[in-house]
Amino acid sequence: MKKLSLANLDAFFAKIADKQALYMPIENKAGQLQFQRWTEGAKLSVGCNTVRSAKDFFFPQTENLVDFKVKGKEIEIIDSRTEKEDFVIFGVRACDVRSFAILDKVFLSNPVDTYYKSRREHGTIISLACTHPEETCFCRTFGIDATQPEGDVASWITEDAVYFQPQSDKGQKLLEKCGALLEEADESPVLRQKQQTKTYLDKLPLATLSTKHFENKDQLEVFNSEKWAELSEACLGCGTCTFVCPTCQCYDIRDFDTGKGIKRFRCWDSCMYSDFTKMAGGQPRLTQLERFRQRFMHKLVYFPINNDGEFGCVGCGRCLKKCPISMNIVKVMKTLEGEEK
Amino acid sequence: MQRIMAEKAKELLQNGTVNRVLGWKKGEFVYDITPAVFNNTEEIDAEFVYDDFCANNLSKYLIKESRKEGKVLVFLKPCDTYSFNQLLKEHRIWRDHVYAVGIPCDGKIDLDCLKKQDIQGIVGIETQNDNFIIHTLYGDHTIAKEDALAERCLNCKSKKHVIYDELIGRDGEVLDSHRFDMVEKIEAMTPDERFAFWRGEFSRCIRCNACRNVCPACSCENCVFDNPKSGIANKAAADSFEENMFHIIRAFHVAGRCTDCGECSRVCPQNIPLHLLNRKFIKDINEFYGTYQAGEDTESRAPLNIYNTEDVEPSIVYKKGGNH
Ligand code: SF4
Ligand code: SF4
Ligand code: SF4
Ligand code: SF4
Repeated sequence: MKKLSLANLDAFFAKIADKQALYMPIENKAGQLQFQRWTEGAKLSVGCNTVRSAKDFFFPQTENLVDFKVKGKEIEIIDSRTEKEDFVIFGVRACDVRSFAILDKVFLSNPVDTYYKSRREHGTIISLACTHPEETCFCRTFGIDATQPEGDVASWITEDAVYFQPQSDKGQKLLEKCGALLEEADESPVLRQKQQTKTYLDKLPLATLSTKHFENKDQLEVFNSEKWAELSEACLGCGTCTFVCPTCQCYDIRDFDTGKGIKRFRCWDSCMYSDFTKMAGGQPRLTQLERFRQRFMHKLVYFPINNDGEFGCVGCGRCLKKCPISMNIVKVMKTLEGEEK
Repeated sequence: MQRIMAEKAKELLQNGTVNRVLGWKKGEFVYDITPAVFNNTEEIDAEFVYDDFCANNLSKYLIKESRKEGKVLVFLKPCDTYSFNQLLKEHRIWRDHVYAVGIPCDGKIDLDCLKKQDIQGIVGIETQNDNFIIHTLYGDHTIAKEDALAERCLNCKSKKHVIYDELIGRDGEVLDSHRFDMVEKIEAMTPDERFAFWRGEFSRCIRCNACRNVCPACSCENCVFDNPKSGIANKAAADSFEENMFHIIRAFHVAGRCTDCGECSRVCPQNIPLHLLNRKFIKDINEFYGTYQAGEDTESRAPLNIYNTEDVEPSIVYKKGGNH
């Protein structure tokens, strides 16, 4: 384990930012956390957690995929990708790091999404252990340890130092570059912090929330539950939950005629929207009940069926915090489970 | 209050005046209230709630609810009655399918105000005189009520219920609020400063559409921005400026109909002060056409829907110092 004195934190950031773009949670004008590019003088925020998740780095809200130029009978295809730079994200929490593994299962399985893949390859993740989880956190439900986050490098911030543990070759290399600022350290302060954080995690209101009810579940039984009606009745279909969610991964691809050619772009979509998967025959889910049900069926039933039991949620709590009507995956899980008792 | 309201709801259900109740339902924590329809007295007993967190304006749900069979009871706070009235004026709600009960409101807590004061891990809240005691995983905090209330509540425009079938408690007055103070500050900026201010605020928008979907004035069946056939469907904006225009167009569309209920700013996950845009329109309408409050009544003609010879000339923009 390596140690960096807190007094040298800015020097450490400067060292990384010298060679590649460095992003981290920084408070924005609205007083909320947002991943922003670090520049001299910017201040890392250690609060929990950013409004937008870290998925944006690999799966941006909008991106241009390809341009077409049509001349007579010829079509020229232009790769419009621009991002070729390496970058580092500092301060990704355990829940968000796990979300990358979930997105990988979607975008890196065949056929591989090369846009996503290239961003993943260019990015190095320095995760940060949590010390003050929020009442809305329930990462433990999905087997995530907030005190020992995954990522290329894991880090812990104590009162006077940052501790680093490389967890991949990429992470090892990054730390080597900053070698002069780091010293070998004994891990006991980290162990003490982990102990302390665990006592908070044990006390969280959602500490005992379990996915048991949904394990190896008959999909139709969940699908046909009568509870969906009341769960979805107040839903505005705004899609806020899907846009702040680190694991929501649906997108739309459209062509746009610029007058000089065609731009094919991809943008986030939401199963909560009335025009989601709209085809010639219309949108297959006609009511908000069906759209709402889709979001949770996907996370709690379909995704695990297709991915060795892994759920499509990491318990980050963003949808709990941001839904205008305070309806969310926890209420869905508890209501569907309660129905059986 | 919650008890009185629950009794009222049960009484009206039992005597057959209504067959459903639109209210608020408690959640997992102290603050995560969800709007809900209650179908019988058992459901009321089990989950009905009315407290400092019941911020959601229920009026818009009546567009759908009032089209159903039978009569629905709705609880309306003073500001919600303006939205209800405005929707009636626009013929969006079937009045005879609604039984409206006016309820008092002392302002609602804005969770973001607490978070801004570094209060996190909230597990309980108690009221003590003019303070809230907030229990968290990391200890207790005492904060003054005015430091916890939503901006729209601190600048409440009216404690009067403009429409109801029945009122619980005494009615209040239209208030002299400071709601245009910030608009004046923005008006006093130079055009460049103002441009930078809004570009900065809107730069955070994730275009989740929460502001539009919650808005009682945004009641189109299919928004042009969602309609691929409209030619301006806006799933992805070409650039950030086009993105910003969405908000300006929306503000124009609700101008003269926006009651300043403040729901748009409440729900915005990025805390964009959308209300300032709407208040600018309200303030301009007041200055150009005489004071007008959308939702105050159901009969008057809205200033932007009529023409009379005293209306301001477009040149007013130049007189006011606009140069763009
Ligand atoms: S469903 Fe909610 S809690 Fe789960 S990962 Fe998405 S935003 Fe986080
Ligand atoms: S669940 Fe909440 S955030 Fe998601 S679409 Fe419905 S109202 Fe919006
Ligand atoms: S609610 Fe906020 S983030 Fe969502 S579209 Fe409206 S302004 Fe943008
Ligand atoms: S624009 Fe905002 S303040 Fe105005 S009616 Fe709509 S939600 Fe309410």
